[in-house]
Amino acid sequence: MNFFARFAQNRGALVGLIILTTIILMAITAPLFFPESPWRMLQRPFLTPFEVDGFPMGTDTMGRNVAAGLMHGAWVSLLIGLVSTTVALLIGLPLGAIAGYYGGLLDDALMRFTEFFQTIPSFALAIVLVAIMQPSVTSIVLAIALVSWPPVARLVRAEFMSLRNREYVEAARLVGQGNTTIILRQILPNAMSPIIVLASLMVATAILLESSLSFLGLGDPNVMSWGYMIGAARTVIRQAWWLSFFPGLAILLTVLALNLVGEGLDDALNPKLSRERS
Amino acid sequence: MLYARLIIMRLLKAVIVLFLIVIFNFFLIHMAPGDPAVVMAGEAGATDAEFLNQLREQFGLDQPLYVQLWNYVSGIATLDFGYSYRQQTPVFDLIMDRLPATLLLTGTAFVMSLGLGILAGSMAAARAKKLSGSLIMALALVFYATPLFWVALMAVMLFSVQLEWLPAYGYYTVGTDLTGFALVLDIGQHLILPATTLALFSMAVYTRMTRTSMLEASQQDYVKTARAKGLAPGVIQRRHILRNALLPIITLAGLQAGQMVGGAILTETVFAWPGIGRLMFEALMQRDYNLLLGIFFFSAALVIAFNIITDLVYGLVDPRIKESS
Repeated sequence: MNFFARFAQNRGALVGLIILTTIILMAITAPLFFPESPWRMLQRPFLTPFEVDGFPMGTDTMGRNVAAGLMHGAWVSLLIGLVSTTVALLIGLPLGAIAGYYGGLLDDALMRFTEFFQTIPSFALAIVLVAIMQPSVTSIVLAIALVSWPPVARLVRAEFMSLRNREYVEAARLVGQGNTTIILRQILPNAMSPIIVLASLMVATAILLESSLSFLGLGDPNVMSWGYMIGAARTVIRQAWWLSFFPGLAILLTVLALNLVGEGLDDALNPKLSRERS
Repeated sequence: MLYARLIIMRLLKAVIVLFLIVIFNFFLIHMAPGDPAVVMAGEAGATDAEFLNQLREQFGLDQPLYVQLWNYVSGIATLDFGYSYRQQTPVFDLIMDRLPATLLLTGTAFVMSLGLGILAGSMAAARAKKLSGSLIMALALVFYATPLFWVALMAVMLFSVQLEWLPAYGYYTVGTDLTGFALVLDIGQHLILPATTLALFSMAVYTRMTRTSMLEASQQDYVKTARAKGLAPGVIQRRHILRNALLPIITLAGLQAGQMVGGAILTETVFAWPGIGRLMFEALMQRDYNLLLGIFFFSAALVIAFNIITDLVYGLVDPRIKESS
């Protein structure tokens, strides 16, 4: 069975992929449907959904188009999710690889370091980091990456520990390949599949984190995001439920879709394991 | 006794971690934009030069960095977390005032998520091949993906605004002189919504873990033996499978403690629950960095305390710990 057939066997993963594709399309086409800035006040505030043509989700407290905010917000959520996961991988991968490959004292020291970061409550740390660095896309990405790399390091370390004494690694060593070459060319490719699965789940967590930060008012003041929309509508929930309902639903669907896709990837990349598990 | 030594080791580790966080906090204060004196005074709060000079002198900001670090660390060792100029109160007093509400909220949510999660997970494991089992798992996945602050707002919408069953805000009904049992009942009513929404995410995590762990345990030889002995399926599920499946869940519960404390910041903000999470939101709004970092320290301490408790429970549940480690 090829990769996609195994992936598609998991119905949930297929549904997740469809939702995710829709959201990516939303993000890409946002400037086409709503060329104006989502911050512009276009109508009177508190329009209910479908009350006025062109405002299918109504307007917010300042008369901004909720539908436009939703589509532009998709772009921000996906971007921050992807970039912060990439940065977290860039921190966690080398640390985990070095700890797992070399072992010994170096491993001990790196794992203590990782444990320290795992003990600190991640959301509180993210809040403090963004508040100190001042809210911006860069500081949010950095803060999310800094609180989410430890699981990567642990996973990569475990993979490297189990792979470092395999025969093909011994063979590479005998041929005279250096440690760096062995790490990058021999072990890493074979450790890739669980890392890919973890990364897809991390994008989901990062999107949740970003929305929570911007809900608390720590979003980049220049970009429209789902969390900001909910946070701004929090105090008027009694008058205007739709202002927080739709962006929240968007976050829920995106995170759900990424989790489903992650499970599907797990099935497709580790066919033996998943069969044993179910 | 080995168990006692384990506890001492954990406490020692906790002290080291907290010490590192204090140092981390010190550098964060210095990383914040602008003059640390301004930062400590709360950015826009006080700007006249004389006051700032006075602050600089008071905090020894004219002294070399290592002296400042020493002053900061020794201050915290004597529970001096600095002064919140915005609230005109020492940071430590502010936090102590709010801590009980947070302990009540996170403690309730912690117990609730564990209890309900294990219950749902074991039901899903027992019905692994049936539709009801899949339904539980689907629901758990949805809870896992739901943003906490959103579900809190929606709960307010439904249960407070529409149905008017439960209070939406606060810790107790203001303006009433309730005492004794009536007060407990009143606080309990205010606690239901925040605790439930805070518990949902962790509950989903435990549900998934319990199911996996129980399905794994049900493959073990001792389960086959129990079945061959003719024990009732319910007894096997509870006594043989669940008890062994609990160990990884307790480990996970320790890791979830951070989630609880972080989630409390959002829940308390939505429900105006007067805990340190709400205080953190207030500190954030006012850019009161001294208070913010003090709360950060305490939230880490809270997580470590939760971790130690789960370690102790682990030792009680698994008697092997006492001998092997």
